[in-house]
Amino acid sequence: MSAYEISILSIVGINVILAVSLNMISGFCGQVSLGHGAFFGAGAYAAALAMVSTASVLFALLAALIAGSLLGIVVGFASLRVRSDFLAITTIGVNFLFIGFVRKQAWLGGEMGISGIPATGLGASGNMFMILLFAGATIAFSVYVSRSWMGFAFRAVGEDEGAAATLGINAGAYKVAAFGIGTALAGLAGGLYTFFTQFITADAFDFIFSVMLMAMVVIGGIGSTSGVVFASIGLTLLPEAIRFVNDYRLLVFGGLLVLVIRLAPGGLAAMVRNLVIRVRGT
Amino acid sequence: MSAALQLDDVAIRFGGVQAVAGVSFAIEEGDFVGLIGPNGAGKTTLIKIVAGLLRPERGKITLGGIDVTDDATAARVRRGLALTHQIVRPFREMTVLDNVVLGVGIHRTASPFRAMLHVDRRRESERAAHILSLVGMAGTERKLAGSLPLGQMKRLEVARALAVDPKIILLDEPLAGLNHTEASRQVETISDVQKRGITVILVEHNLEEVMRICRRLIVLNGGLVIGDGEPREVMADPVVHDAYVGGGMATHA
Repeated sequence: MSAYEISILSIVGINVILAVSLNMISGFCGQVSLGHGAFFGAGAYAAALAMVSTASVLFALLAALIAGSLLGIVVGFASLRVRSDFLAITTIGVNFLFIGFVRKQAWLGGEMGISGIPATGLGASGNMFMILLFAGATIAFSVYVSRSWMGFAFRAVGEDEGAAATLGINAGAYKVAAFGIGTALAGLAGGLYTFFTQFITADAFDFIFSVMLMAMVVIGGIGSTSGVVFASIGLTLLPEAIRFVNDYRLLVFGGLLVLVIRLAPGGLAAMVRNLVIRVRGT
Repeated sequence: MSAALQLDDVAIRFGGVQAVAGVSFAIEEGDFVGLIGPNGAGKTTLIKIVAGLLRPERGKITLGGIDVTDDATAARVRRGLALTHQIVRPFREMTVLDNVVLGVGIHRTASPFRAMLHVDRRRESERAAHILSLVGMAGTERKLAGSLPLGQMKRLEVARALAVDPKIILLDEPLAGLNHTEASRQVETISDVQKRGITVILVEHNLEEVMRICRRLIVLNGGLVIGDGEPREVMADPVVHDAYVGGGMATHA
């Protein structure tokens, strides 16, 4: 496998983890988060600091998970105080705050970021396999959660918090849990990204990246793990396969997003479902 | 023995309007109480306070002797209170069965992490199907809740309330918007609920049905209790009669 293919597969794996984890917050539990890049970044910086100080892969991954989820739980508590549209704005604010904060901190490398992060010792292929392993585990975990009583309650909270409360469901606890889990996984993706690049700057975790992750979730089908996985793979590979898409990435993603919301609000997942129903019906 | 529900001097004000002005009453276990009053009497506000959707500015609410004044709705439901909404609120994207299963599984959803550890829903599904048959909705299990006509949605509200295995059930205008046949069927269902030993508080504008099925009437006007007792005696009270005539509320009789 060429170095290029290894790097593409690694990015695909990281984007799958990010999109699936965002889907757990926004798709399963209905909490619109447009600042997923901040949690990804928190994990990446935590892992970078851990690797620089200890060179322990396990410790770095743990630090990434904890950093992502701690920031996520704080935002989760904020979600208890604001309605959905204001939550979206709050999470955008968190993303900008994160970038602004990191850029001004000398201990985080400021504008220059953190470079010279020690290698994991697994090599590029080893890193790729580790990333794909975690991506697979994240998909399996997401499918499990959606089938569990937790996923069942998430759907109720996402559809109508008030009605969920009349069935004894503490909507606040579930929202914080969704943020805690989803952002821990985003932090994990950040850690894996750090291992992959060995160099991080704040720009990699900006608001535009968060919107691209949301585009993957919406295009795949909000709430559908399989749809989001396919969309995140497709939308990561598309710019690599077609030069035009790479040159006009934001335009293409934005256009797709508008088309899906206008013509197929359920995304790829709903399109496939409708197709299956139609084929079975004929 | 403690009352199923007790209110002590409950009051709430919205700006300059005293919506509920110091309401006190106790409801015994197994009772069937109608809460009535003209428009603006404070019924819906009081129901929202009891359900935990509004916090009173003063007063105390106890369920089975336990002070729940500071508890949120979900915590009160876990203490045995169930409620139906005046405007139906089913989970429209879920099946009828899943709407009820979620209530039956109240012990599974007590905390997110306990909920994460369990997947199996077979026992809850069987119980939910039984509850649906009790309210006359057998055969609708696989339909999307959002596709049901209003009459069935109102019955689904009752089924969901029963699903949480309540000791006391608050029904907020369960007959509103139903035609005569649907209303009769709904009244039968509500009567059956009470016969199962569940305390029922019925807020309803259809006075004919309230008089027919309730054992006790509590009449509110201007945020105060102006009548409380056996339905015929309460309605014969001149103060209650004046409030009705003044409030423009008419019986369906």
